[in-house]
Amino acid sequence: MLARRIIPCLDVRDGKVVKGVRFTNHEVVGDIVDLARRYARDGADELVFYDISASPQGRRVETRWVAAVARVLDIPFCVAGGIASVDDAADILAAGADKISVNSPALRNPGLIDALARRFGRQCVVVGIDSFWDGTDWRVHALTGDASTSHDTGRRTKDWITEAQARGAGEIVLNCMNEDGRRQGYDVRQLAAMRKRCAVPLIASGGAGCAGDFASVFKEAQVDGALAASVFHKGVLAIADLKQALRASGVEIRP
Amino acid sequence: MRLMIADTGCANLASVRYAFARLGVEARISAAPEDLQQADRLVLPGVGAAAAGMAALRRNGLDELLKDWQRPLLGICLGLQLLFESSEEDGTPCLGLLPGRISALPDTAGPVPHMGWNTLHDLQDHPMLNGIAGDAHVYFVHSFAAAPDAHTLARCTYGKPFSAMIARDNILACQFHPERSGATGARILHNFLEVQP
Repeated sequence: MLARRIIPCLDVRDGKVVKGVRFTNHEVVGDIVDLARRYARDGADELVFYDISASPQGRRVETRWVAAVARVLDIPFCVAGGIASVDDAADILAAGADKISVNSPALRNPGLIDALARRFGRQCVVVGIDSFWDGTDWRVHALTGDASTSHDTGRRTKDWITEAQARGAGEIVLNCMNEDGRRQGYDVRQLAAMRKRCAVPLIASGGAGCAGDFASVFKEAQVDGALAASVFHKGVLAIADLKQALRASGVEIRP
Repeated sequence: MRLMIADTGCANLASVRYAFARLGVEARISAAPEDLQQADRLVLPGVGAAAAGMAALRRNGLDELLKDWQRPLLGICLGLQLLFESSEEDGTPCLGLLPGRISALPDTAGPVPHMGWNTLHDLQDHPMLNGIAGDAHVYFVHSFAAAPDAHTLARCTYGKPFSAMIARDNILACQFHPERSGATGARILHNFLEVQP
């Protein structure tokens, strides 16, 4: 059976892995290649690297560290941050990434998703969505890597999920901003609602605090994978313990 | 040993090369038939659409090279699919080294693409599977697949069973990505380097 994926997310800023709370006040948590190797050894099913400095500053991901990661990793990984053209994506995939994830540039230019899917196949194309509950609906925010640029795009999350798939997204990573970094659990309600609109793999992001949060999001929202950062980086939860707990609660997991 | 990787343009070549490097074998990447002709073992990787993959092979004359290939050949993902007669993906004619047609995964299977770690089952006795557990997890990313047949070495099920690994004489192939399948994938690539068809 297809296993649910546990996906540590490494936010990268200026070549270092960082983690902020609610997208601000980032602190350095370690070296990219060291952390990548450690997570693969500990049982991560996949890694995501978000270069959060790339998009707001109008520059894209450096390919040097992408190649360094590709050399040591024997699990898949995805790179996100500032990928604004087919050529940007081609460089990152050529450096050894398995997938590229687009977020703010796709909101600015939705045709980018079509162009990427045509060139590389939709299985390479992940659309990351930063979704914020504003009291009435879930809305898509852009340029969230920096508090001074982060803003509401006016799009509803459910509309953007539908459009992104129609354009060629092969996977959706839904980051629930209200929960991000708080370790109070995933936004199961939002993820379950979006699951119904998502025929491609859906990855939950934002809010993981304990093994029970992962079990809930897999069972109640039927997501394909769960992404988390601070619980892993800060040693709150070991991947091996998490997987054992999930298996015990009946979730299909890769040993 | 001269290990070479066919440059299919749209493929994720680097991760395949790095995976062999982790096994201590440096592979060369080339799109030129005269280079690839020198290979003792040849890898045909691939991601992306079948039509683009076939166009890339034809543009460089690799389709002709592969039709007469006698030494071990490893097709990976799209590289497996291109070995068949045709693909349902855009009605694409393929290399025809293996009989049959690639078809779309059933849309009742779950989210498509089939993306993630799934288990192998019904493993056959073959050197490519030396050291591989009967229910090992490997990493898949695909929307099309080959139906199981007499050449199937291992199956996987997503909606319905499909060929996860194939062997016919010197032609070997994985629908999953051994370069991204942890220790299991590394062992399969090691087996490919050792296999004597």
